[in-house]
Amino acid sequence: MVEPGELGRFGDYGGRFVPESLIPACAELEEAFRDAWADPRFRRDLDRLLTVYAGRPTALTPAWRLSAELGINVLLKREDLAHTGSHKINNVLGQALLAQRMGKTRLLAETGAGQHGVATATAGALLGLGVTVYMGEKDIERQALNVYRMKMLGAEVVPVTGGSRTLKDATSEALRQWVTCVDEAHYCLGSVMGPHPYPWMVREFQRVIGDEARGQCAAELSAGIPDFVVACVGGGSNAAGTFAGFADTNARLIGVEAAGGAAVASGQTGVLHGFRSYLLQDENGQVSEAHSVAPGLDYPGVGPEHAYLNDIGRARYVMVGDDEVIPAVHRLARTEGILPALESAHAIAWVIRAAESGELPPFCTVLVTLSGRGDKDVATLMEAS
Amino acid sequence: MRKKMLVPYLTGGIRPDWTRYLEEYERSGADAIEIGLPFSDPILDGPTIQEASDLALSRGATVAKILDDLTDIKINIPLIAMTYYNLVLHKGADRFCAELAAAGISGLIVPDLPLDEAGTLSEAAIKHGVDLTLLASPVTAPDRLAEIASRSRGFVYAISVMGTTGERDQVADAGIKLAGELRKLTDQPILLAFGISRPEHAAAAAEVSDGVVIGAALMRKILDGGDPEEMGAVLSEFRRALDTVTV
Repeated sequence: MVEPGELGRFGDYGGRFVPESLIPACAELEEAFRDAWADPRFRRDLDRLLTVYAGRPTALTPAWRLSAELGINVLLKREDLAHTGSHKINNVLGQALLAQRMGKTRLLAETGAGQHGVATATAGALLGLGVTVYMGEKDIERQALNVYRMKMLGAEVVPVTGGSRTLKDATSEALRQWVTCVDEAHYCLGSVMGPHPYPWMVREFQRVIGDEARGQCAAELSAGIPDFVVACVGGGSNAAGTFAGFADTNARLIGVEAAGGAAVASGQTGVLHGFRSYLLQDENGQVSEAHSVAPGLDYPGVGPEHAYLNDIGRARYVMVGDDEVIPAVHRLARTEGILPALESAHAIAWVIRAAESGELPPFCTVLVTLSGRGDKDVATLMEAS
Repeated sequence: MRKKMLVPYLTGGIRPDWTRYLEEYERSGADAIEIGLPFSDPILDGPTIQEASDLALSRGATVAKILDDLTDIKINIPLIAMTYYNLVLHKGADRFCAELAAAGISGLIVPDLPLDEAGTLSEAAIKHGVDLTLLASPVTAPDRLAEIASRSRGFVYAISVMGTTGERDQVADAGIKLAGELRKLTDQPILLAFGISRPEHAAAAAEVSDGVVIGAALMRKILDGGDPEEMGAVLSEFRRALDTVTV
């Protein structure tokens, strides 16, 4: 997985489709990230925060009983054990440190379910940066707990009332508001999407997942690398970070989309929120709403590098429906004592299906990134049972 | 002495009889009209035009229907389409420009398509005789501003504020300064847009530019029920204010 160059392209995808007023801010950010990422001191500061604050490295846990049941060897990369309960903290700590280095005093963020909002509020509290989180009115109603968490952490949560009042509208609003305060605020985008340099930068901040897992697999597996590497894909940041550690191996990379938000599977490309990629849209080119039981996968687009990896055949993207996800949560909970987030359970559900159908050969090794823990989903799971 | 240009904005499909606003605007002294082709996610628009876009979409507005409505009317001033890039890509740049041209639209503004990404659409627009107008912002760097000024067609669209479309209390100094910088770079008309909310704003903006685009201030009144005749009267006040400016 390469650096996307000056125009931020991954093949035909990516780019910087933003209003002229945001062009200097994107260019400034690109330069600052390039500079920071090449600076050993910045890397050291970030590594230290990831270790002493976020709890890295996260464990690689063999899923002993599930493996025995499925007749394959499943390894779980445990992002659910990271501070705030998901991989989101990796990216947020990187961006918050970068914002501080750029002399910014505030962070803006969009959030859907609230996980990225909570992570950003956390980093803001840690580093003394003000945080404003844009969140669709509909999501605020559905995710009262996370709204309260963000407020406790000192963040301001701004309801977004336009459009479908969900994540895509919160992202639009964050971009709009960033225009008005680019001098003092950094837009802390939560996934491998948005205008260049975000898809590349967020992947680099998340590649710690893949790099750690690569080393852990080398110690755990006689072959050194797993046969399959599987992660769920909404915008696609945990998958991009995981894949980054294995793109140069023979491991087969599988991204699992929610059936109700499967941008890659839709086969339609478009431009939204500053980048070109696969995008769910209606017959008139209006962006469609995604619908998934997992709020973190409720995004109509997908990161541009995933679109590229799909087209060149390096990664394969598959779908899992809500009906397979909830049983997968329960199965992992019962077999391993791990309650995965509904998002992460998409990856587990595909592994179960593929093992049972024979698509995954017996005794193969499968690395699954467990992007987050399921505590946030307990109310949804109660309703579903 | 050149007359200052008055360009009102209208969200296409906002009402079933939306083209009547075009006729009234022409009668009331508009020099061209910007027609918004509504998009689900308008990232450069503030609350008023978002509301107008959502309303038009909920009433079934599509690019095809809006263009179709235009074929029935007689307007003698230029019509300029304003929309977001996904709607262009969805049809393909070539077909999109061909359809605009067929409907009598001679200009196009795409606010989320900056200079660096505009190549393909720029070629298609030229082929079909549509002027692709580029936007300049108060924070645009000097050499980039020069390139925008030279590659923009029809006029240069100068965004007066760091923010979205919407009503403001006064014309921003940043906009005045931007118009001045553009003036040194190009002979093309320079129109100031965003936050030109009252006739006196239009007059102030026209002191340093070749005219103004009035968007949210008109759309707010339309959303509040302003019918075509009333809106024609509102536009006339802007016309009168602009006509007091002689530069």
